[in-house]
Parts: sequence; structure tokens; C-alpha cells
Amino acid sequence: MSAVAHGAGAPAAPAGPDTATRGKFLPYLLLLPGALWLLIFFVVPLAQLFTVSLQSQFPGYPGYYYRDVNFRNYLDAFTEFAPHFGRSLLFAGLATFFAFALSYPLAYAMAFKAGRWRSLMMICIIAPFFTSFILRTIAWRQILADEGPVAKVLNTLHLLPGGHITETWMAVVAGLTYNFLPFMVLPIYASLERVDPRVLEAGGDLYANGFTTFRTVTLPMSMPGVLAGTLLTFIPAAGDYVNAELLGSDRSTKMVGNVIESQFFKVPGGYPTAAALSFTLMALILALVFVYVRRFGTDELV
Amino acid sequence: MAGFREAQGDLRIESVTKAFADFKAVDDLTLTVPRGSFFALLGPSGCGKTTTLRMVAGLEQPTSGRIFIGNTDLTGSRPYERPVNTVFQSYALFPHLTIRDNVAFGPKRRGAKDAARLADEALELVQLPHLAGRKPTQLSGGQQQRVAVARALVNRPEVLLLDEPLGALDLKLRRQMQVELKRIQTEVGLTFIHVTHDQEEAMTMADTVAVMNHGRIEQMGAPARLYDLPATAFVANFVGQSNLGVGTISGTDGDFLVAEVGGSKVKIPKARSQVQQGHVMFGVRPEKVRIHRDRPTGVGSDMQATVRDVSFTGVATQYLVTVASGATWSVYEQNLDVEPIDLHPGDQVWMSWDPGHAFGVPSDGAEVPDGPVLADVSIGDVPLQDAP
Ligand SMILES: Nc1ncnc2c1ncn2[C@@H]1O[C@H](COP(=O)(O)OP(=O)(O)OP(=O)(O)O)[C@@H](O)[C@H]1O
Ligand SMILES: [Mg+2]
Repeated sequence: MSAVAHGAGAPAAPAGPDTATRGKFLPYLLLLPGALWLLIFFVVPLAQLFTVSLQSQFPGYPGYYYRDVNFRNYLDAFTEFAPHFGRSLLFAGLATFFAFALSYPLAYAMAFKAGRWRSLMMICIIAPFFTSFILRTIAWRQILADEGPVAKVLNTLHLLPGGHITETWMAVVAGLTYNFLPFMVLPIYASLERVDPRVLEAGGDLYANGFTTFRTVTLPMSMPGVLAGTLLTFIPAAGDYVNAELLGSDRSTKMVGNVIESQFFKVPGGYPTAAALSFTLMALILALVFVYVRRFGTDELV
Repeated sequence: MAGFREAQGDLRIESVTKAFADFKAVDDLTLTVPRGSFFALLGPSGCGKTTTLRMVAGLEQPTSGRIFIGNTDLTGSRPYERPVNTVFQSYALFPHLTIRDNVAFGPKRRGAKDAARLADEALELVQLPHLAGRKPTQLSGGQQQRVAVARALVNRPEVLLLDEPLGALDLKLRRQMQVELKRIQTEVGLTFIHVTHDQEEAMTMADTVAVMNHGRIEQMGAPARLYDLPATAFVANFVGQSNLGVGTISGTDGDFLVAEVGGSKVKIPKARSQVQQGHVMFGVRPEKVRIHRDRPTGVGSDMQATVRDVSFTGVATQYLVTVASGATWSVYEQNLDVEPIDLHPGDQVWMSWDPGHAFGVPSDGAEVPDGPVLADVSIGDVPLQDAP
């Protein structure tokens, strides 16, 4: 009896472990191309950059290095360029704040009030991507130029202390805000759009007026989008050098990105410093992001 | 604006119309729900039940007409100003809050110090205290629905609107919740407006049932009255089922009207007919009709028919028979006799009924829900009827 049962069961048995194994390895198989890509084009260069950041110069031979474990590069880079780090974080923080202030109402209007204008608004937000980021930033130079409408109006109203917008931090922050705006709008819009209008009505039905419903229902429900948007704005803005280059001045508005760029490409023997700066910036941003996500992140960050 | 929230008294809806573009979802609706009563709204899908509730809650403003609680005119006031809470048809729980915080939301907004305790009590009532710490997505549909009930109920509003609040529950739980809701309603004396597709639920729980169709109230009254004497063909078939037939009133016989229906003469009490002359739709409930092998004597109205189908359901037997005009009637016989009448499809039988149970409703523009509208005599389906 048991022999019969065993015989009958046998042909089916191998199928079990086989599918189970395939099921177990499939996710890794799917991960493989991406992981390889990351390994070759991200992890390897990163390790390479890290070794560069620890190299020392041959004394008397600018531009020549030898392999070393020289942590002084970090100390030098940080002490010499501390103001640039400060500016990077400050400008990125300001740009993130202004982008948020502009984006939230815009995303809210698109999600709840735009009706048939929604697609048009979406196109307006995405369309600028079709022209070069550099060109658009150069266009801002004209918009903010001394003879341009913005500076003229502010000057006539005596609201512009230095008389200029370009070559000041204001232009850099304006440029950063503008350039990263879509990265703020789109995630916030995506999370607001998923909010069921009935849920907002339930807020009203349960004695919350418009503002309270916003504070206790809408805003918390859009937090994943806000979190994603602020990160997508702050992180690249902190590393950006194009806006400071094109809109800022040579002295007072340089950010870390500009220093890294000039150390790499303009200063002979600047490689280790540039690499050390890059790593310091990365560490700083990682630390800030970690604290930020711990503080504001929720388990709904999906 | 505190004035609205303190409003007390009967809920009065006065000639309220709600139009979406040129479509009238609610059409000149007038009704009064006495304070502390249980009012059930029955009607087919899309007839305007939810729209009516939304206007009472303030989530929608009427195109015309006014809504009062007591002497306070609520028309135009905002939802949060009204002493009204809603159990939404789609639950509409706050996905970012725990179940306890969902239920405590209303009390917190009103500044209750013991919001969490109130929430826990309300969750106890719907038998979900063990899930208080979860998020709505971690609950089953029926559990979410009960949270929605708790979230509205915890506020003890002057008027509680329940939009199909028990639809997702299994029969046993639904019966328990019905008892629980009814108990709370009587104890606290809240006004309940309960939308349901389950007519048995409406019948057993409500003091007053209103049947709605195309944005209008077809008929309103106590459940037994509504069942016993429908005022329109729609109600006759939406609440329970009826054997109906269009006929012409040919005369009177004492307190009765005499009508020709499908070649037979039937009698309708004058007091039970909405029309006194011309065309009439005659109706009689299936359980009021008896079935016999031979023509009975001295029982009032009778009609000859052919058996089409016999289904034995235990306590009763349902016969489908074809009458002379070709239409189908339905007859319920209680299985009271030791030996039931042994009938088979094709047998010739006689039906009889006490003419006192017959009723007459207007025949023109008569609408019979869901069932095939037959030329003269028809049997309607019972829409969405629940197994007892
Ligand atoms: N915002 C709206 N715009 C246009 N038409 C609407 C709107 N809301 C409801 N309607 C229409 O009004 C009618 C009544 O809708 P309502 O939601 O009140 O139906 P209901 O009786 O609650 O139906 P159900 O039993 O299916 O829930 C429907 O025909 C619906 O299509
Ligand atoms: Mg509805």
C-alpha cells in the first residue's frame, strides 16, 4: 500500500523543489543587470576616487602623486573650503525651502482643483526638460540682469540692497530653486493625487474645518511625496555647480561643486583635494539625509 | 458658527433638488424625520440615496430647497459646522492614522479630553478593540466598515447618516450589528438615517421606511403599512413581491371596486385603491393567495391557472402558475397540512384570495423594478433580497 503511494507520488516530487529553487533565485536573477551596472559604473569608480583622495603629492613635482593613506587631504580640504561647504548646504537648503513653498500649492491645485487643466499644467512643468539645463540657466541671467525687468522693478522700489541680483547669492538660490522645482512638484503631486477626496470629506464631516483637515489629513498623507521631493531637490542642489558658475560671482557665491570642478580641472595637483572634497560632501549629505529621514520619514515611505 | 452645531430637533428636508448639469439626482424631495427615530431609505442603485445623505451632511449643497434640524436652517453651512456624522459608503478611513486615532478624530476636533477612551469604547461596541493599533489597510473590508461605524457613532451626533453601513458583513455579524445599532439608537435617542439594499434590514430596524426612485420618494410609512398597502407598482415590487395585473374598473360592489383583469373579474377594496375609475393596476401578495385543485366556494376572488413550477422550501412551497392571460403569478403556501397538496407542472388549479388583501395602484407610467414587464399580469423580482 505504501509502496503504491510512494510510486504514485514519485514523478510529481521533483517538480516541487525545482520550482521552489527557481522562485528563490528569480529575484536575484532580476537584480543582476542592475547590480552589475552599479558595480562597474558606481562602486568601482567610487573606490578609485577614494584611493585618489588619500594620495600624496611628489614634493616639487606638481601634478604627480603616489599611493598613500594621507588623511591630511581631508583636513586641508575641509579647513580651506569650509565656507564653500557652508554655502552649499545653505543654498541647497534655501532652494529646497523655496521650491517646497512654490510646489506644494501648485501640486495641491493640480491634484484637487485643476480639473481639465491638470494635463496642461503637467505639460508646463515637464516641457522645460526638453531644452538644455545650461541654456535655461543662462536665460535666467538675462531675466535677473541689471537691465532686466526683475532687477529694474526692485531697484525702482528700492528693495534691492546691492543693486544687483546676478552675481549674488539670490541669483544662485533662484536658479537652484527653478532648476529643481519639477523634482519637488512631481512627487508631491503623485502623493496628493492618491488622496481619496472622500477621506478629506470625512475630515470635514468629523468637525475639522478646511485648515484642520489640511493639517491633520492632507499634509500627513502627502508626507511621503514631500520627503521624496525635498531629498530629490536638496541632494543634487547641494552638489550643483552650474548655477553658482553661471549666476553667481567669482568670489562670494562659490559652492563646493565649483571648488571640486576647479580642483579637478584647473588646479595642477588638485586631484586628491577634489576627491577628498567629494567624499566629505557625500558624507555630509548622507548624514543630513539620515537625520532628516529618521525625523520626518514615516513607514508609509513607499 | 457654533449655532449650527447645537441644532436639535427633527430633520426636515424641504423641496430639495440636486441637479448635476441637467440631470436631477434628487428631485423636489420633502420629508421630515422625527428626532430620535430610525429612518430607512430604500431604493435601487443610482436613485439618489447617497446624494440625499451628502446634502444633509453638508458635503453637497442643494440646487434648491432647504434643510433644517429643529428650527436651525443648515442650508449653506459647512459640514464641520453640522451636528451630523456620516458612515461613508466607501468607509473613507484615514489611511495614515491607526484605528484608534481614526475613531478618536471627531472627539479630538471637538476638544474632548478623553478622546482615546471614547474611541476604545466605540471600538468595543463594534467588537474590534483588539485592532485599535492597526492601520486601516491591515483590516478586512468588514472590519473597516465597522471602524467607519464606530468613527461616526462615537460623536453621538444629532443625526447619524449610515450609507449601507453593514453591506460588507456576513449575515451573523450583520444581525449583531443591527441589534447593536438599534440599541444605541434607542438608548441615546439619536436620529438615524439608514440607507440599505437589504429590505429585511430596513423592515426590522426602521420606524419609517421611505422608498426612493429616480430622485423622488415613491412612498413613505411604517414598514408593515408599506408592505400591506403599496401606493405604486414600483413599491409593490421593490418591497417584497406582488402579483400585478393591469385592468379596467368596470363597477362597484359595496365597499369594493370591480375590475376586469386578464379576462377575470377581481375585487379591490375602495379604501385600498389609489384609483377609483378607468385603468388600474391590481395587485395581491403571493402569500395571500391560496391554491386549490377544485374551484373553491365562498372565498371571495378566484382565478383559474396552470401550474408551471413547484419549489419546496421546507416551511413553504412556492408555486409559479400561468393565468389565463399568459402571465405568471407566484403563490406561497405554508406547509401546514400533514399531507400537502400534491401538484405538478401542467396541472389545472384554482387560486383564491380574500379580496380584502387586494390593492390597486395607478397603472399609467407604472414601473416594475427589475422584472420583465408583462402585458397585463406580471410577477416582479425581489431586488437584492436577502436570505433570512
Ligand atoms: N458628482 C456627480 N456628478 C454627476 N452625477 C452624479 C454625481 N454624483 C451622483 N451623480 C448621479 O446621481 C445619481 C444618484 O447618485 P447616488 O450616489 O445618490 O445614488 P445611490 O442611490 O446612492 O446609489 P447606490 O445605491 O448605487 O449607492 C446617479 O445617477 C449618479 O450617477
Ligand atoms: Mg450610494
